[in-house]
Amino acid sequence: MALIEIENLEVTFDGGDRQVRALKGVSLSVEEEDSFGIVGESGSGKSTVLRALCGLAPVTAGRISIDGKPVPSPRDQAFYRRVQMVFQDPYASLHPRHTIDRVLSEPLAIHGFDHAEKRVEQALEDVGLGSGFRFRYPHQLSGGQRQRVAIARALILEPKIILLDEPTSALDASIQAEVLNLLDRLRADRGLTYVLVSHDLAVVSHMCDRLVVMQSGEVVEELTREELQAHDTTRTYTRNLLTASAGFTRSPARPR
Amino acid sequence: MNPLLSVENLRIAFPSRQGPVEVVRGVSFSLGRERLGIVGESGSGKSQTGRAILGLTPVTGTATADRLEFDGIDLRNASPRQWRKLRGARMSMVMQDPKFSLNPVMTIGKQLMEAVKLHGGKSEARDKSLAMLEAVQIRDPERVMAAFPHELSGGMGQRAMIAMMLVTEPDLLIADEPTSALDVTVQIEVLRILDRLVTERGMGLIFISHDLRLVSTFCDRVLVMYAGRVVEELDARRMDEASHPYTRGLLNCLPTITGDTRPLPVLARDDAWLE
Repeated sequence: MALIEIENLEVTFDGGDRQVRALKGVSLSVEEEDSFGIVGESGSGKSTVLRALCGLAPVTAGRISIDGKPVPSPRDQAFYRRVQMVFQDPYASLHPRHTIDRVLSEPLAIHGFDHAEKRVEQALEDVGLGSGFRFRYPHQLSGGQRQRVAIARALILEPKIILLDEPTSALDASIQAEVLNLLDRLRADRGLTYVLVSHDLAVVSHMCDRLVVMQSGEVVEELTREELQAHDTTRTYTRNLLTASAGFTRSPARPR
Repeated sequence: MNPLLSVENLRIAFPSRQGPVEVVRGVSFSLGRERLGIVGESGSGKSQTGRAILGLTPVTGTATADRLEFDGIDLRNASPRQWRKLRGARMSMVMQDPKFSLNPVMTIGKQLMEAVKLHGGKSEARDKSLAMLEAVQIRDPERVMAAFPHELSGGMGQRAMIAMMLVTEPDLLIADEPTSALDVTVQIEVLRILDRLVTERGMGLIFISHDLRLVSTFCDRVLVMYAGRVVEELDARRMDEASHPYTRGLLNCLPTITGDTRPLPVLARDDAWLE
């Protein structure tokens, strides 16, 4: 049985006189130790799937279960022990007036972990930052270093599932490679399950074994990495995404 | 033929507690009516170079150059009056994010027509603006004219801004990451619009971006900047022949859809590049 099962998930944001249906019945399943990608353009609802999964979006219908058990609402502590999230913008997701030490110790205190000091040092070591970074503030770090701290914060509770919402889109190309390598290594070492959201097909193809393509709140296609690499797709939308990712062409796009 | 723009030994410095810091250290290039790409990572000085050409260096910074000439006009000692005549009318700049660069309390139409009116052509301002919006492939220009920036999507806002910069038919357009905030599919559309305008109107275009692969498919020539210097100048069609280790590193560290190198090669920086 799949580790994460999502069935007919619907999310509706209520904006007074206007209702926005961000997800219109999304179903997907992620196997254990799998790396699963979600791609789509802005507004397609790809981030909303992640937010709904960890209880940050108003779910109006559908079922989410992990290990065959429906997730409680609101999510309990046990849920967050298993599932953690890394957000897109490392400049916005770390508290500007908390040191890295405090950022990393807080989840440990909430969940009652012992040996906090050792764990914080180990977590920094694991993401390739020395313990010298422990008492710095986020503004003293570069974008790539901050994203490493955000990854360390997600990993410090030893979760099994990591939700990654565009983890490298705010970073330079050279730094992106480092962060992607780090994520790859951590998954191999610890047997983690990733759900990765990105608008960059190359990143998803590099990181994920399976992926879904989303458009206006619905899953339009499910592909394996091999199918994506072979451009083996039936949907025009996916093909357009693939052509666009190849870069600019002088003449209008030709279907391949 | 004289180049449209020539820059020699451009230096930009900002004061800091440790004394002045040079963020652009001796950049030289010349531009004809072509597409020139400037590529580099954050902090490499690519945006500051673009801004200095328009005289938009922040007041705390100082820009000096041995030569900074646009169509025979020396820009180094241009008076505010001369700048007003040049900016907008003959050279203009598309900024990265339409959310921050458009006036939030003015309709698109009003902002567009303001640009036309300032540079002559009061009577046909409205027609010109509508035509320009059509030229950047906005399907419903009347609605967009009446809309406020927050009512438009990112792609539409960016197109409106490009329309605003081009409505005066400048000779030189500086585009600072004009497509970074957009989806890949919209990105290609916007580039196609820029490409057509460059070809049809014979504009010079400086395209500033961090995306080496995109720039190499779009521009004729590429300058690669690292720590305030141009480390390599390349013909965009001969990207594979890049010789500087930084350019090679940048090209290699990008994941590709078909490639399967694991781990990705990372960029090893060398202090010698700073010299």
